[in-house]
Amino acid sequence: MNLGPHAAFIVAAYAVAALVIAGLVAWIALDHRAQKRRLGAMEAQGVRRRSERSIERPA
Amino acid sequence: MAVVELANPSRFLALAERLLPWLAGAALIGFAAGLLLVHGAPDDYQQGATVKIMFIHVPAAWLGMAGWGLMSVAALGTLVWRHPLADVAAKAAAPIGAAFTFLCLVTGSLWGRPMWGTYWVWDARLTSVLVLFLMYLGVMALWRTVEDPSRAARAAAVLALVGAINLPIIKFSVDWWNTLHQPASVVRLAGPAIHPSILLPLMVMAFAFLLLFAALHVAAMRNEILRRRVRALMLMQAQAAPGSRP
Repeated sequence: MNLGPHAAFIVAAYAVAALVIAGLVAWIALDHRAQKRRLGAMEAQGVRRRSERSIERPA
Repeated sequence: MAVVELANPSRFLALAERLLPWLAGAALIGFAAGLLLVHGAPDDYQQGATVKIMFIHVPAAWLGMAGWGLMSVAALGTLVWRHPLADVAAKAAAPIGAAFTFLCLVTGSLWGRPMWGTYWVWDARLTSVLVLFLMYLGVMALWRTVEDPSRAARAAAVLALVGAINLPIIKFSVDWWNTLHQPASVVRLAGPAIHPSILLPLMVMAFAFLLLFAALHVAAMRNEILRRRVRALMLMQAQAAPGSRP
């Protein structure tokens, strides 16, 4: 593909787009892992939401 | 299932688990098809190959504005119905909208340098988009500044609604003022002014970007719900600790 005399600008634009999208995906994936880990740690200490406790101990 | 029933955080989490792989897969297919069409698209008779920058610049601009529009609708959910999922939707949309607005500004500069001879000019379109980006940063800072999520949500909702005034200013800036930026060529009353050979790749790329935005937003909302659950558990733990006041 011949991008002409301004190829550097076109390639730079697509590279920035790829970086921004990859950064967003990575940030959201890492955040999800961190929240799951924190939630797991709290539950391992026996701290549970009221709705979950009522499920475990039916009347 | 009614939409109101889905507006329950637990139901939303279950829906997100099912929806995310499909959204991500559809976005990937959309980008593959879009980039294939971009590869085959002809050069513009005036701008040459630099028109290829449009295929990322324009969808990024649309989503930057759509992100704030979504936050404004969610703001109504926060202020009128006080629904916690509306807060979550608004908070999750801010960094994604900011990223797309940033992408719009950078790709616009990279397109402007070879076509206009400058990376930046303080014309109405560029300046109003820069204002949108700064407002995104402001609303993200606000969320971080106020510790109580419900108070932060109300303040951010007011800012989102006030900031929504900027959306028509961005859209019509090229008509209201004499700008270096070209006038609207896709979304206009007389129909698109772009040849179908360039319009089709643009629309496919825009759809792929939209699917990506949706996938990222659902995933970020899921993260925010989990973050709030962690916060609630930490508060419960602190209240149950010996020596804490009843």
